[in-house]
Amino acid sequence: MSWIYDPWPWYVSGPLIALVMFVLLLTGKQFGMSSNLRTLCSIGGAGRVSGFFKFDWKKQGWNLLVVLGAVIGGFLASRYMSDNTVKINPDLAGQLSREYHIESAGKAYLPAELFSTEQLDDPFTIGLLLLGGFLVGFGSRYAGGCTSGHAISGLSNLQVPSLIAVIGFFIGGLVMVHILYPLIFG
Amino acid sequence: MKYITYLSVGIFFGIVMYKSEAASWFRIYEMFQFGSFHMYGIIGSALLLGTIGVQAIKRHHIKTFGKREIRLSPKQKSIPRYLIGGIIFGLGWALTGACPGPMFVLAGAGFYPVIVVILGALLGTFTYGVLKNKLPH
Repeated sequence: MSWIYDPWPWYVSGPLIALVMFVLLLTGKQFGMSSNLRTLCSIGGAGRVSGFFKFDWKKQGWNLLVVLGAVIGGFLASRYMSDNTVKINPDLAGQLSREYHIESAGKAYLPAELFSTEQLDDPFTIGLLLLGGFLVGFGSRYAGGCTSGHAISGLSNLQVPSLIAVIGFFIGGLVMVHILYPLIFG
Repeated sequence: MKYITYLSVGIFFGIVMYKSEAASWFRIYEMFQFGSFHMYGIIGSALLLGTIGVQAIKRHHIKTFGKREIRLSPKQKSIPRYLIGGIIFGLGWALTGACPGPMFVLAGAGFYPVIVVILGALLGTFTYGVLKNKLPH
């Protein structure tokens, strides 16, 4: 039974993600998670402020069901299928602890220093999470897709725009981790 | 029936995201530090199979379960919107360790501060919608 509790290796996980994309294609839909954020804004009444949110969001209902399923999947996997620790490269775990005082690598699924419930009392952490989320939401809509829509769906369809977007994802990620992390967490 | 299909696909996707650790901040940090092959293997193998499958769909005109044409809408041609948008997304992805799928998976897993990330993402999406016509595309 250990295969359930152990992390799934990349050569299992990657093909299963491709399977999700194919099942959606065969039902006539395209795999893409960030468009749900736009749908949620529309449901919340954002159409009154911008025409970008005036569309028939009921046609996106299927995707909201995928999101609801993802929430349930996260609940099931964390409760019944995982010891909720992530063992990364030990050199990096040491570096996180030494340079950024993030001590939970190998002991938790997410760093407690950012995602434990107590952090909801810390305005600095709240600000970081809000800012990070803002960049994800703004950037994915500006780029017309996120990791699922561009890196998986778009590149699988050999779309040059998706390649440009994925290069952008990496430029942004590398700048954040190598240049901004020492300023934020150092 | 349709509802059950999409809900099941979502549950399966959520479990895969969590169990692959692609939803873990630590794995995203490790990826941007080039510390392990894990994330590259996930994205690379998904992409390899995805590319082969999508080409097969096109070549053999494979239909949906409802016998309709599979539509793969092409992306609009541009550089600035994908590059600038992509960089902004990457900054946020590396800071929160969560992209738009995994943030919902993590909320389900009970990491409540992730809800702040989701609120931020909604705010970011809303702001884009408001500023859209003033941005280079």
